[in-house]
Amino acid sequence: MTTSNGRRSFPGMGMTKGLWVTLSTMFKTIFLPNKHLLTVNYPKEKETPVPRARGVIALDQEACTVCMLCARQCPDWCIYIEGHKEEQAPAEPGGRIKVRAELDRFDIDYALCMYCGICVEVCPFDALFWSPEYEFSEEHMGDMLHDKERLQGWLATVPDAPGLEK
Amino acid sequence: MPDFVIDLFDNFWVALGGKLALVALMIPLIGMAIGFAEMKLSAKMQHRVGPYFAGGRWGWAQLIADGVKFFQKEDLIPEEADRPVFKIAPIFVLMGTVALFVVIPFGPGLIFRDLSVGVFYALAISSISTIGILMAGWSSANKYSLMGGLRAAGQLIAYELPLVLAVVGSIILAGTMSMSGIVEAQIDAGYPYVIFQVVGFAVFMIASLAELSRIPFDMPIAESELVMGYLTEYTGFRFLFFFLAEFANMFTLSAIAVTLFLGGYWLPGIPADTLEFAGPVILLGKVFILVFVMIWFRWTFPRFREDQLQTLAWKWLIPIALANIMITATLKVFL
Repeated sequence: MTTSNGRRSFPGMGMTKGLWVTLSTMFKTIFLPNKHLLTVNYPKEKETPVPRARGVIALDQEACTVCMLCARQCPDWCIYIEGHKEEQAPAEPGGRIKVRAELDRFDIDYALCMYCGICVEVCPFDALFWSPEYEFSEEHMGDMLHDKERLQGWLATVPDAPGLEK
Repeated sequence: MPDFVIDLFDNFWVALGGKLALVALMIPLIGMAIGFAEMKLSAKMQHRVGPYFAGGRWGWAQLIADGVKFFQKEDLIPEEADRPVFKIAPIFVLMGTVALFVVIPFGPGLIFRDLSVGVFYALAISSISTIGILMAGWSSANKYSLMGGLRAAGQLIAYELPLVLAVVGSIILAGTMSMSGIVEAQIDAGYPYVIFQVVGFAVFMIASLAELSRIPFDMPIAESELVMGYLTEYTGFRFLFFFLAEFANMFTLSAIAVTLFLGGYWLPGIPADTLEFAGPVILLGKVFILVFVMIWFRWTFPRFREDQLQTLAWKWLIPIALANIMITATLKVFL
């Protein structure tokens, strides 16, 4: 008998190999759990997230210019932005009055967010970042709406940007 | 034991009640033990831990927690369902299993009732659960349930034949159909019948896997095609009945295989006067080895297609079993 890849084989050889795989895996996992166990005992042990893990989105309020690009690109419409314009004193007396956009509200509803990352991609002023933190579940769905202070808090957990590829 | 206790158990009804209570206690215990073994072993075969938190250590209480969960579930009956049939079907399935315990010899004299046609009784009574499964599939008023029930009927009838034919070899060798008689015949012969009945044993194990509708023979349940087959509409306690029946049936069919082919409660080299105490332990040990093989097969092989399933039964297992009977009978007569 020949197998699909052209090698000669006994009838039932494949079944025997399959049985051997499960049996040897079982004994390896029982006797050498440190090496062969692929799962982690989650609440007690934690895995280190990979460098570009998409856990939660962090906001740098200083960089945000209330341009609304992220809110408009968001497929779920889960970003809520409100702002107002503030007049600043001219640089020298008699000069033109400067206008600056101030952020009043920047909320992301993580009950709706699908972690696509389009807002992070689209932000022209690098105000949004991916943070690898993933433990922010809540008992009530309403609490999944993170306000701008909470989003600012995630900023501390953002890892440094990896070096540019040569 | 005090005299009055022995007198009490001489009363037929008291003895019957005691035996019933023992079986009623054994089925959940065995079901939970096998269910837990399946959870743990399947996890190890897939690089996982398995149940972990329930009970504090090794997740030993996982099956108890699952049982409690089943009690809390609502007992849903579909509006279009045939209510009495729907309600009684799980009881039929479990009844076939309970009745099988009657003829399993756990030790010399340790048998609920030593019928002179024990093997015949065991194979006949195990078909009751087929009717229960067909009832469940038909009465659910659900196309998936109906398909599952019909598949189960086709499969269980097809594999009933090799199951019955495979044991005939052992019966010919022993010259009796009594379950404990067959074990005693093996003790007298000094070897378990599997030595001359390898073919019969293999056919019996394959057919009993199919009778249990476990993977690789789980066409009636086939999650990916039929939701849950005849179990689709069942919830809570009634679902638990099917669950228990499957695991307890693994035990009973393995026990029958052990009795007929592997020497039952006897091991070569064990003195006969210790069998009274060692017998049940030996039997349980052998049964759990066979149960492990069933679990091992389940987590290794993929599911058969429906036509492959029928081909295996009608074109291969039945002719092989018939040839086995003829050869065994011929050798028995001439040697």
